Amino acid sequence: MTVAIDRATGKPRGDRAPQRPGLGQRVKNGYQRYWYAYAMIAPVVIVLGVLVLYPLVYGLYLTLTDANSLNTARTIGVNHIDATYKFIGLDNYKDILFGPTSYDRFWSHFVWTVVWTALCVTLHYCIGLGLALLLNQKMRGRTLYRLILILPWAVPTFVTVFGWRFMLADGGIINSALHTLHLPQPLWLEDTFWQRFAAIMVNTWCGVPFMMVSLLGGLQSIDSTLYEAAEMDGATAWQQFRHVTLPGLRSVSSTVVLLGIIWTFNQFAVIFLLFGNTAPDAQILVTWAYYLGFGQQPRDFAGSAAYGILLLAVLVVFTSFYRRWLNRNDQQLAI
Amino acid sequence: MTTTTVETSAPVTDAPRPSGAVRGRGRRGPLALLGSHALLILASLIALFPIVWLIFLSLGPDKDDYLHPGGIWKKMSFTNYAFVLQHTGFFDWMKSSLIVSLGTTVVGVLVAATTGYAVSRMRFPGYRKLMWVLLVTQMFPIAVLIVPMYQILSDLQLIDSYLGLVLVYCSTAVPYSAWLLKGYFDTIPFEIDEAGRVDGLSPFGTFFRLILPLAKPGLAVAAFYNFITAFGEVAFASTFMLDDSKYTFAVGLQSFVSEHDAQRNLMAATAVLIAIPVSVFFYLVQKNLVTGLTAGGTKG
Repeated sequence: MTVAIDRATGKPRGDRAPQRPGLGQRVKNGYQRYWYAYAMIAPVVIVLGVLVLYPLVYGLYLTLTDANSLNTARTIGVNHIDATYKFIGLDNYKDILFGPTSYDRFWSHFVWTVVWTALCVTLHYCIGLGLALLLNQKMRGRTLYRLILILPWAVPTFVTVFGWRFMLADGGIINSALHTLHLPQPLWLEDTFWQRFAAIMVNTWCGVPFMMVSLLGGLQSIDSTLYEAAEMDGATAWQQFRHVTLPGLRSVSSTVVLLGIIWTFNQFAVIFLLFGNTAPDAQILVTWAYYLGFGQQPRDFAGSAAYGILLLAVLVVFTSFYRRWLNRNDQQLAI
Repeated sequence: MTTTTVETSAPVTDAPRPSGAVRGRGRRGPLALLGSHALLILASLIALFPIVWLIFLSLGPDKDDYLHPGGIWKKMSFTNYAFVLQHTGFFDWMKSSLIVSLGTTVVGVLVAATTGYAVSRMRFPGYRKLMWVLLVTQMFPIAVLIVPMYQILSDLQLIDSYLGLVLVYCSTAVPYSAWLLKGYFDTIPFEIDEAGRVDGLSPFGTFFRLILPLAKPGLAVAAFYNFITAFGEVAFASTFMLDDSKYTFAVGLQSFVSEHDAQRNLMAATAVLIAIPVSVFFYLVQKNLVTGLTAGGTKG
């Protein structure tokens, strides 16, 4: 019985004695059998523990206080000032979620963050898939195309975003071009709607190559005999795409879409560099939380951390639903 | 049973082809090919334009030239580049950026490789939890980490130090690299490990002598990912690096724009100079990019 269950969970290695050994014995056995595995993951566990887990716990504690830059411990010159912030329970969360101006401070940013994530990931995925399909054909110069198309990913975001800022500026090339075509020239960096539009445009430009490369790899790993079989059965190009390509891409897709959602949700550089602190309405939650914590005086550490925890909560809940949904459809997350 | 199926399928092969043209599999008509080229050229132009435009603007010597790009043709010069190289902290920034990025690459890849190997080959207790933790760390918004990290780093005297920044970047880049490498290690046959073990190598020996050399494409991709992550990161670098001689490029570039004055011409030139080393590094590993990434994506 035990062996069968073990097999089912995918741990066929090592025959287990029919009688379960005692706890001490098991720890010892486990140590002997797996010590090198633990030795290999130890560096990651230590780094993540010290620099992610501990800050997380500490950050969680901060959200329950009223810490800001005026009452935390700091050193000015030779004088050391002790921290004076105090524990205030869940007041920060209550204030953020239900406080008097909570719509302007949290919910509007939340809705915009969701819209931003959905639109960006959809655009990334669709354009990336289209380009990957184009690049997957036998044609002249496809290596060159691939090299050029990966460029937005190769050049660091903070460089390309400045390029975009030049182009989007009031007298920049984009508005000049629109002027020549006698089209309206929106104030890309000042008007809220166009700020949002510009942010999505720039982020799409930055994010497509990753999707394209991943999906191209996925396409190349689809067994070509499947296409032969489909062609023998008289499938049209669309049917081949629908019934061979898309199912073949499922595991890559579910992974890159999840990563894309997480990364876009937390995308800091594009909006921060495109607008700085000038566009309160175009800030997504991450940049808004950064603004609260570091972009204003006094710095609201507790509020910033509380936003961070809320963001994390949204993502964790979303990811567990996503995984459950994948499992129900008999898929495992590819990574 | 088998004979009947063969007989029934026989007439199908005699049926005339629906389309007259005989075409090889995977070939498209000339019109479709033309369309593909047109779309790809359009996409390439969109991908190239912002960068080409940046390069073009960087040649205009005046700080408001970006508003009158037509004028740049007449007075094109490299004065911005000369100024940036001689009179700004460019080389300091470059030094910091390279130390931090290469440090992250080396430490990150090494650490991620051992982890990736462990989760690829060994089903130790806690394996699933580790994979889940690696996924969750991807989701950490900087907002929740940055304040506590600042406090911890200042307690450890690591504010304003390269080591501190390298460690912080590792914590963001390692989880994905480990995943990526796990996928790549999964594609290397287990028999190789077993052969190594039979020949008397320790688990670490198998890993270092047999698997690592075979996993070079995967390692290249992980290295690339680490390098790019560290090189392009903005938030941590601008918060943790206070001394302007230790600015990384991401922070240094912002110092051209103050509230009163924006030296956009110098900024453009610096941006171009920054993009060069990264693009070089990128094109060195790009050959392995697709293989490595898909290995991470398709194998469970």
